[in-house]
Amino acid sequence: MDEEQIYQEHVLDHYEDPYHRGRARHCTHAHEDDNPLCGDTVSIELNIDPQGRLREAYFDGDGCCISQASASMLIEKFDGRTVDEVRRFTAGDMLELFGAKLTPNRQKCCLLPWRVLQSAVFSPVKPAEGAGGKESNS
Amino acid sequence: MTDATCSPPSLDPQTIRGDFPILSKVLHGGVPLVYLDNAATAQRPRQVIQAIVETYEQHYANVHRGIHWLSDQTTDLYEQSREKVRALVNAPTPAEIIFTHGATSSINLVARSWGDANVRRGDEILLTEMEHHSNLVPWRQLAERTGAIVRHVPVTEQGTLDIEAFNALLSEKTRLVAVTAVSNVLGTINPIGEIIAKAHQAGACVLVDGAQSVPHLKIDVQALNADFLAFSGHKMMGPSGVGVLYGRRELLESMPPFLGGGSMIRRVTLDGFEPADLPAKFEAGTPPIVSAIGLGAAIDYLNQVGLDAVTRHEQDLTRYAHEVLGELGELRILGPAPEEKSAIVSFVFHGNRPHAHDVAQLLDRNGVAIRAGHHCAMPLHKRFGVNATARASFYLYNTRQEIDLLARSLQQVRQVFRRRT
Ligand SMILES: Cc1ncc(COP(=O)(O)O)c(C=O)c1O
Repeated sequence: MDEEQIYQEHVLDHYEDPYHRGRARHCTHAHEDDNPLCGDTVSIELNIDPQGRLREAYFDGDGCCISQASASMLIEKFDGRTVDEVRRFTAGDMLELFGAKLTPNRQKCCLLPWRVLQSAVFSPVKPAEGAGGKESNS
Repeated sequence: MTDATCSPPSLDPQTIRGDFPILSKVLHGGVPLVYLDNAATAQRPRQVIQAIVETYEQHYANVHRGIHWLSDQTTDLYEQSREKVRALVNAPTPAEIIFTHGATSSINLVARSWGDANVRRGDEILLTEMEHHSNLVPWRQLAERTGAIVRHVPVTEQGTLDIEAFNALLSEKTRLVAVTAVSNVLGTINPIGEIIAKAHQAGACVLVDGAQSVPHLKIDVQALNADFLAFSGHKMMGPSGVGVLYGRRELLESMPPFLGGGSMIRRVTLDGFEPADLPAKFEAGTPPIVSAIGLGAAIDYLNQVGLDAVTRHEQDLTRYAHEVLGELGELRILGPAPEEKSAIVSFVFHGNRPHAHDVAQLLDRNGVAIRAGHHCAMPLHKRFGVNATARASFYLYNTRQEIDLLARSLQQVRQVFRRRT
């Protein structure tokens, strides 16, 4: 049954003991969004160096197990990776990373952090700071 | 307790369940459906489904149009349904019962027609923090069109309306008070009679959102002196796609038509039109004919069971649900005590973990259908500092056993998460 699969160990692990839930020390890029259908929120703070590498990656948020666990998985994967790699990471890749099979409704929960990260890499907190995103093209 | 001779007739949910084909459904290869999402929409008995089938098979044509036998038959059934609705809410005349497409379209009709004609810049529209989006957004839109000001009666920590605040907010500037009779999240039964009397003293009109009350509680628009009452057929065992607007005759007569088209006119020339009399004036186009006839069958069914018996049965279930869910010790139930509310129990786990969506998803394993989310009442959820709640809501066919299963399933939900912490 799908429901059995959703709440598998690795999903619950990320929900109960998330990777990098909190705030970046030197945040250069950040974005926050919600899923208006259910009210789940995810915010992501990044430190992107001039070479376009994510030196720090943190998330925070409030919502269901799916949205919060997928945020943790996503941040764990991209901590230390590059903006280019983020950009190449598709929604399909995100669902695959999550692993458990999801109904279309719950896919929206899973993709919320992915959407936030895609925007965050192009959202400098101060226009002058963080050379990262804008220059890198894939 | 009362002795047997004067105790009112009660209801046997097991007999009633036999009338509802969908309630014998088995899900996920072996678990029976436990339907606890009645505030979203109710199920319908065979009697209503049969009335719909019979109409299509035996009596279907357009209403008020053909000069032929079949059209007369359909028109009769449609008008009989209107009379049943009139009797249900005790409206003075059937002309004051307008068939719409649901509570939402009834409220929008009033906001557009009455609102645009009567509300001016600086006038105030008084709503409450516990309204459904369908009793918030149309008034916000009206305010944007007219420059009127929207105010909201706050909700207390117990989940009731702050009546002192209501008294203070009400003034000679208030043109309209729009309030739900029963909160779709908290279940709170609001003191509609008192609100209407005070609003009238202040010279304001009152629209009552009856979407969550008409299916469950007796309502008498004359005793209440309500100006408008809006509700939906699908929450009271009728078909979807039909709703009702009751309006006091003087008001409906003074209002301009809302939608224009066929049926709502007396005569049309190329230069203009003359609107039809009530209720046709507000029923432009082909109405939801069969849905309205089905709603009539649903009212027959409610009357046959007895609305009072339904109310009492639901009170028992609500009290029982508070008791067994309270025993779990890990839930925060929003809203007032069972005695002060209708058949709705919304809750969150302490600390909002597990989250309402995960709760609903895991309950579904056991066939238990509840709703999770903001239930179209985002401002109310904000008021209580949560972005989602789980909501179990009952109707005449629900049983104590189903509530036991809900409680057991909630324990299992907690187990899924607890073993890890
Ligand atoms: C209190 C309340 N008002 C209005 C509505 C809107 O009803 P409908 O969607 O049938 O138009 C609902 C339905 O959820 C409700 O609960």
